[in-house]
Amino acid sequence: MTLALEGIDVVLGGERILADVSLEVPSGERLALLGPSGSGKSTLLRVVAGLQQPSAGRVLAGGRDVTGVPAHRRGIGLVFQDPALFPHRNVAENVGFGPKVAGLPRADRDARVAEALALVGLSGTEKRDVTTLSGGEAQRVALARALAPRPATLLLDEPLGSLDAPLRLRLQEDLRALFERLALTVVHVTHDVGEAFALGDRIAILRAGRIAQAATPDELWAHPADEWVARFLGMRNVERDGDRATVVRPEAVRVRPGDGATVVASERDGAVVRLRVRRDDGVELEALSVGSAPAAGDRVSVEIDPAGVVEVPVRDSTGRG
Amino acid sequence: MATAALPLAFLAVFFAWPLVAIFRRSLVVDGALDVPVDVLTASSTWDVAWFTLWQATVSTILTLVAGLPFAWALARFSFPGRSMVEALVLVPFVLPTIVVATAFIALLPDGVERSVWAILLAHVFFNVAVVVRVVGAFWAGLDERLWDAAATLGAGPLERWRRLTLPLLAPALASAASIVFLFCFTSFGVIVVLGGVRYSTLETEIYNQAVRLFDLRTAAALALIQLAAVVAVVVVSGVLERRLGGARRRGRAAPRPTGRRAGVVAAVVALSLGLLVLPPLALVVRSLQVGSGYGTDHFAALFDATPALLVTPWHAVLNSLLFATVAAAIALAVGVPAAISVARGSRGLDALLMLPLGASAAMLGFGFLLAFADPPLDLRSSLAIVPLAQALVATPFVVRSLVPALRARDERLPEAAAVLGATPAQVRREIELPLLARPLAVAAGLAFAVALGEFGATVFVVRADWPTLPVAIFRFLGRPGADNVGTAMALCVVLMALVTVVALVSQRAVRHGSR
Repeated sequence: MTLALEGIDVVLGGERILADVSLEVPSGERLALLGPSGSGKSTLLRVVAGLQQPSAGRVLAGGRDVTGVPAHRRGIGLVFQDPALFPHRNVAENVGFGPKVAGLPRADRDARVAEALALVGLSGTEKRDVTTLSGGEAQRVALARALAPRPATLLLDEPLGSLDAPLRLRLQEDLRALFERLALTVVHVTHDVGEAFALGDRIAILRAGRIAQAATPDELWAHPADEWVARFLGMRNVERDGDRATVVRPEAVRVRPGDGATVVASERDGAVVRLRVRRDDGVELEALSVGSAPAAGDRVSVEIDPAGVVEVPVRDSTGRG
Repeated sequence: MATAALPLAFLAVFFAWPLVAIFRRSLVVDGALDVPVDVLTASSTWDVAWFTLWQATVSTILTLVAGLPFAWALARFSFPGRSMVEALVLVPFVLPTIVVATAFIALLPDGVERSVWAILLAHVFFNVAVVVRVVGAFWAGLDERLWDAAATLGAGPLERWRRLTLPLLAPALASAASIVFLFCFTSFGVIVVLGGVRYSTLETEIYNQAVRLFDLRTAAALALIQLAAVVAVVVVSGVLERRLGGARRRGRAAPRPTGRRAGVVAAVVALSLGLLVLPPLALVVRSLQVGSGYGTDHFAALFDATPALLVTPWHAVLNSLLFATVAAAIALAVGVPAAISVARGSRGLDALLMLPLGASAAMLGFGFLLAFADPPLDLRSSLAIVPLAQALVATPFVVRSLVPALRARDERLPEAAAVLGATPAQVRREIELPLLARPLAVAAGLAFAVALGEFGATVFVVRADWPTLPVAIFRFLGRPGADNVGTAMALCVVLMALVTVVALVSQRAVRHGSR
């Protein structure tokens, strides 16, 4: 189901949380909604789910205006940051809640529960008390609960945010495989750039209540919309010059043994090594190296691939140039 | 706020109006202001005020001394049966004051049974639970490693107690002490039974003047002094708590006591439990004592007519059950919307609702007596006045027990249910009500138990032909003869059993029902 937001404004307590947000998520697309904390990501998700009425603008689902439709009649699934499982019900009753309130007969409900639990790899936990689940298990049950009514659209509000790093990475992979299999339309909120790149077909970056850029991960990396986006994505080679900035992507900086620059720092980050080199003209650059990398203090030569250099505007948070 | 309308109206009519009546009776004579200087300056008044203050202070100190070792043992250590001990500690606190007072008559030897010592001991017995709960919960929340850190820094046991334990516990100690002080200051049942004619406090003197001597003006003047004193205590304790208030830290799981400590902990727990169990036990034993042997004669006598009452004692039991049911229903009807308002952040209502708790039962009862004796609200002969007075006393308990549950409500659970397709009605039925069922049952049980044991206010407004259980006990205790005392003991056992059953049922019933 195609999801569209048109000119969404949300004002809460005199503060403008969202400003003129327009966004389209085609059917079957997985959109990562990325932004620093306080940028309005969760509020935007609540608007889509129907838990927050926008002050202005429209929400369209499958071309139909659902702005005034309450949450329980939208048929959109939502997974909260921490699982929000019903403490007075066991795993099966939590997962079966959606089918139950939809009036499905008992047998169909049980089938849905079994199916949803199988999807998240928790078959056989039906009778467990939800208060005894581990963090990862609880989050999987929350996901199964959201999937059980078979929503066409699934919203995820930092569903992995409360988990530790190894578990987060494993669940990330599981989620990606699951979404591909179910062909769901997904909006996934995260403040983690890596998670957004890993899970999003497209990424929308929110900055202070406005969409700063919406593009595929490749486009985003190749052409960040402005200096702030480039820095937010983790690019360090950003040189500001008036209202323009020059961005050199780290993979475009080639470092070889030689002369003209000194390695300041060399840090291994998994398969790649992040290097900071200082050219003899004083300019510091970040570079990536695969395999054996020079150590701090080594003399190197630096070459920049012109294809990896982009000029971007400098914008303040209100979006004015 | 619409939800606050009913509680506010209830407080206006049944709390504010009686207070106004007390003011009018004490300060206005024939339409003109007339301060009762004679009462306020009388040496007998100041003797009573001094004794009130003295017994409350000594009772509080003794309660702290008796409760702290127990709080320490329960807060810092885990041992087999700890949760049962924790539950047992609360028993004296839910026992009606008249039962506690009678239990000490049963326990103490003749001659000491009605003395200042009996009063102090009964107060300690009654309030030790407050110290154990308030200080113990705080103590358990403190990080164990603080003491380890102090030890590695060279502080010995005494030094650690003086420089660490005491300052850290100060907020909880102040809070427990002010609650205990307030309870002892306004204590009615214990003093009126154990103090006999020799010892009386402001609270019991209001009763003596109003009901025994029919001097309503003096009673009203005493009520004014009582009100001023209670307000002062509440204000001082509020300031004290704010000044001492420190951040609470999460502690780790309590360890098993080892070595010599295990012996100390075991001794403290055994001794404390023994002292808690002894008075009720004495009560049961004495209720079964007939002459020099044992039997159930006193219980059989509950069904016989008696010169002490206009009805059989058994009727008093039925009256109490009826009144308490109505009172609990009123307390819930008023307390639930009030708790919702308070949980939503209405602090003013919170303070307002706690007033009846601090205002003391005898003052409420006396206020009722004055306020509802004339049209438009002449309730003197109405049976409704008893459950109304009991509901007023019980409502703060309902609010207090519901507010934490309402505050702890997770806003996202109804939202999670809504996005799963539940209509607002389904959200209420499937999520919100089941989650509140347990706290509601506990609140209802508490209200019922409080109403069942309510004595201080009831004794002012009860009709002679419709006595409640505590009032019947009081009447029997006021008559000479071993048989009357025996009947009083038997009635106390019945009341104790009823309160215990109510407490157990309300705690247990829903735990299974909600799963």
